[in-house]
Amino acid sequence: MGRYLLKRLLISIPLLVLVSFCTFCLMQFSPLDPAEVVLQAQGVPQITPELVAQTKAELGMDKPFIVRYLDWLLSCLQLDFGHSYVTGKSVWSLLGPAFVNTLKLTLVSVAAILVLSVALGVICALQAGKRTDQAVRAVSFLLASLPPYLLAAILVWYFAVKLDWLPTSGMDSYKSYLLPVAVTTIGYAGIYFRMVRSAVLGNLHEEYVRYSRACGLPERKIMLHVIRNSLQVTTAVFCMAIPVILGGTVVVENVFAWPGLGTLSVKAIMSRDFPLIQAYVLVLAVAFILFNTVSDVLQAALNPKLREEL
Amino acid sequence: MKWLKNALHDKVAMASFTFLVLIAAAGIFAPFLAPHDPKAVHMDMRFAPASWEYPLGNDQLGRCVLSRLIYGIRPSLLWVLAALVLSVGIGGIVGFVAGYFRGRLDAVLMRLCDVMLSFPGYVMTLAIIGIMGVGLENILIAFVLSKWPWFARVIRTSVRQYAEADYVRFAKAIGISDWQIMTRHIALVATPDIAVIASSSLGSMILQISGFSFLGLGIQAPNAEWGMMLSEAREVMFSRPELMLAPGLAIVLTVCAVNFLADALQTALDPKLGRSRQKPQALVSALDTGISGKSGR
Repeated sequence: MGRYLLKRLLISIPLLVLVSFCTFCLMQFSPLDPAEVVLQAQGVPQITPELVAQTKAELGMDKPFIVRYLDWLLSCLQLDFGHSYVTGKSVWSLLGPAFVNTLKLTLVSVAAILVLSVALGVICALQAGKRTDQAVRAVSFLLASLPPYLLAAILVWYFAVKLDWLPTSGMDSYKSYLLPVAVTTIGYAGIYFRMVRSAVLGNLHEEYVRYSRACGLPERKIMLHVIRNSLQVTTAVFCMAIPVILGGTVVVENVFAWPGLGTLSVKAIMSRDFPLIQAYVLVLAVAFILFNTVSDVLQAALNPKLREEL
Repeated sequence: MKWLKNALHDKVAMASFTFLVLIAAAGIFAPFLAPHDPKAVHMDMRFAPASWEYPLGNDQLGRCVLSRLIYGIRPSLLWVLAALVLSVGIGGIVGFVAGYFRGRLDAVLMRLCDVMLSFPGYVMTLAIIGIMGVGLENILIAFVLSKWPWFARVIRTSVRQYAEADYVRFAKAIGISDWQIMTRHIALVATPDIAVIASSSLGSMILQISGFSFLGLGIQAPNAEWGMMLSEAREVMFSRPELMLAPGLAIVLTVCAVNFLADALQTALDPKLGRSRQKPQALVSALDTGISGKSGR
């Protein structure tokens, strides 16, 4: 296990470097000159070539590419992502709190998704082909075709406006969590519940189930084994769900005016605030790789067979 | 072509297919079908209810909702379809080359895909829009750029398994060229697999692109797009919730039809799997959200 852990961690390091390099390159492909964007954002009335050159020097853009990349990488490692072009504040002071808010929303949603999809998945697999299974699958199928923003709008219209139970937006009390979490959960539970269902179904067809039945083990005990074995596969999947949802709450956050990464990133894109976009992409990509590593390690811890693969 | 026959027997699938073809045709012939100019503003007709002249009523600027709905098919469905075809095309070429020739080329191409896939799908798209600016073309480009790697991955896995088959080895042994083996012997058997992953990701693509338009990152006003129509309707949601009905239903029905078709295609290709285990389906939807973009590692 130790060897596997070491190898797996070593694999993620070059990936992290590559991802950071890609993020840095991404901003170089921009059709706009960053210096001009800065000047425009600061409301400079007349942009002269001298001013552009001066700003470029200030931003350190006259240095060679690799030097700039290394400079940038070093400051990123110290959580210094530069300053927002628009407000002039440091990017981390904007990104940090937003990240925490999104993380809160994500963790609550993942917990809800986990409970809902494991419960539904196991029930449906045991009842496969019967009425409960078909009903749940039909509903999840319909919900999968429903755009999240439409669902959000319907829920807001009903619960926040018509019944006036819940706030329409913001993040003030536990009540503000209910609607965003509900929309996120409904959006993702359909996918994950199907995974749990197919994992349980797959296990039900394994030889060991037939053997235990033949040995006369009580059905309840067999099910316990089946569920334990099928959750093994799903642990990894749920671990990966955290970064996926972290990056996927954009629509929900914007609809509910949640002060998180999604709202921030859309604002940054609208105002072409490159340092902010860059930091957002980097933070989420790094989170994605880290969770990916954790999920692989967890999976290997649960299943010794996988350790030999690497 | 037995799978095609199976698919034709499925009534729901046939209905969905017909529905989608009709929608697509309506989008292509929008100028002939739409009763009015989708961008024509009639301030005196704001929120007018349905009438013979305006079958679905008018929106907050007095524009014809039906015409906007019909013109909205183009960005909401047809352009998404084009982006899908393009990314499957690129992914297909890369996947075929990597899966067939193997070796160093395969390793390099797959590492490239790994790096691309280490950005979560949404973030990649947002990053590209962030650089190139908002607009439908940029979203479509962003989609093609961020989706091809996992199409490449899935297609490579599928091609690999056929490239090892005995009949391909035999073909190689008797000296048939690589090109001919790929086009004649592998492409044909891999087509169903490609059809399944392409169709099952179309639904989520439609939803995502309309979501970006909803956020104001996609197509810009005054052009009509379903996600954007919903976003406009949301502003007057408290006073006129009925404006959300037409574009909302359009999206839900279209995505439903696409999903039904994808499901039927899958069942038709592998009836046993489709009915009992549903393994590939779960896998495909997992890949779709970028969860297990590392299946072949």
